[in-house]
Amino acid sequence: MTLHEHDVQHEDLARVNTLSPSPQKAQSPLAVLTNFVRKTLVIAEWEVRKIRHDATDLVMRAVQPALWILVFGEVFTRIRAIPTGSANVSYLEFMAPGILAQSVLFIAIFAGIAIIWERDLGVIHKFLASPTPRGSLVLGKALSSGIRALPQALVIYLLALILGVKMNFNPLALLGVLVFVVMGAGCFSTFSLIIACLLKTRDRVMGIGQVLTMPMFFASNAIYPISIMPSWLQAIAHINPLTYVVDGLRSLMLASTPFNIVNVSRDFGILLIVTIVLVTIGAMLYPRIVQ
Amino acid sequence: MTAIIEVSHLVKKFGDYAAVNDISFEVARGEVFGLLGPNGAGKSTTIKMLTTLLNPTSGQASVDGFDIIHQTTAVRHSLGYVPQALSADGNLTGYENLLIFAKLYDLPRAGRDARVKEVLSFVGLTDAGSQLVRHYSGGMIRRLEVAQALLHQPHVLFLDEPTVGLDPIARQAIWEHLMQLRAESNMTIFLTTHSMEEADSLCTRIGIMHRGKIAAIGTPAELKAVVGGEQVTLNDVFVHFAGDALESGGSYRDASRARRTARRLG
Repeated sequence: MTLHEHDVQHEDLARVNTLSPSPQKAQSPLAVLTNFVRKTLVIAEWEVRKIRHDATDLVMRAVQPALWILVFGEVFTRIRAIPTGSANVSYLEFMAPGILAQSVLFIAIFAGIAIIWERDLGVIHKFLASPTPRGSLVLGKALSSGIRALPQALVIYLLALILGVKMNFNPLALLGVLVFVVMGAGCFSTFSLIIACLLKTRDRVMGIGQVLTMPMFFASNAIYPISIMPSWLQAIAHINPLTYVVDGLRSLMLASTPFNIVNVSRDFGILLIVTIVLVTIGAMLYPRIVQ
Repeated sequence: MTAIIEVSHLVKKFGDYAAVNDISFEVARGEVFGLLGPNGAGKSTTIKMLTTLLNPTSGQASVDGFDIIHQTTAVRHSLGYVPQALSADGNLTGYENLLIFAKLYDLPRAGRDARVKEVLSFVGLTDAGSQLVRHYSGGMIRRLEVAQALLHQPHVLFLDEPTVGLDPIARQAIWEHLMQLRAESNMTIFLTTHSMEEADSLCTRIGIMHRGKIAAIGTPAELKAVVGGEQVTLNDVFVHFAGDALESGGSYRDASRARRTARRLG
């Protein structure tokens, strides 16, 4: 071990530090931004490396949406009980994007449990004691959840193809689907992270997650259109972020629905704002988890 | 010698309970400072404040000349931190664990790989570097964490009970690495421990914490002299200054943390 060799660098660092007594303010906005983005990607890289070593988790998660499509979707397509808003959209087509959004929600809403687990292991202590912006830690986690949700999209596409749903394979539309899946997962997982920072125990986060998933799922346009809901439920559906994930995915995924740039942009914009707000709140609350 | 850690009237309250109750002390550059005390004395809370994980209720402290409240980024660049729990990620290899932190600490790309390998070899994990950490023993994980904390050549190394839950051989290895570090570099080491013998042999100065206060501070020899007698050990000193610790006891949180560590070690 040759620590001595590095003492020279030490001195340099010390000199830089004394030159700028408040390094937090001395950086240019651009440097702050690049640092933020770089660190966010490092946190996401951490997750990707984990997945690379063990992907069984991803396979297990694919089971639930597969069952929804195969069982629920197949049956409800036959009874034609639910209007899809258009004569040339089958129920299976209508629900496929809804089930993708649902599986994204169901996984991401429990991300807080992993955060608590990492807190117990002391991992979060080390991250917080490192010079990493809090926003990067939280956004990196959101991005990680998004990456973990991508295989879900693949499963839904495969099943839909097998069942004869006509999907839109325009590369831009596919890219749009990726963006919506990642943003949806990021949004819900950050919400879960905020709950974890406030409630601090695994059981409580699990409980809240279970209480929230069903109402969020059913008070959305995932498996039936908003127009058939009673007006009070419509109001709830309109403030439910899941509605906008579903709406965006539905426009992008299906070959039979005409692509509507205004709608997709609106959905994207709303999700983006919600995610930014949640990440900001999360970044402020994140240090609380170790206290 | 100049002070690298300056603590002045530091207080941390949780509700009405003062976990750290108005402590002041200094640690000089190059010192190995040991903070001793029974469970619940406020050692971990003190370390959390100095490593910017926790904001103090009142009082001030600085690390490497930077204020722990207002210059957190600079403080974080200056310190290396080994938390109490065995915290390396079991789903990554030892090398990857270090690589992620090398990136978070802005180590330049050019020397990054070499530096990661250098610290791995320092703690004797060169061969195990490519294995998943979940196959490591407790002692290996702790060594990996020491390596991680050294990556960016911190000016102060904080270790929160670095040998808790380790078998005697693993403990020995950790202490030998710390001794070597002390001999080879001018790094300041700040640690908490329950082990009096270890503190006696390694620390240049010791603070004994009790019920949120610094009950005594000085070199091991000075502390022994205060208690007096020929055969005084640091254990006697500890009992002298924190003797009523049995009644106050450790909190449930300490107990559950110890259990978690034990479970992780198998």
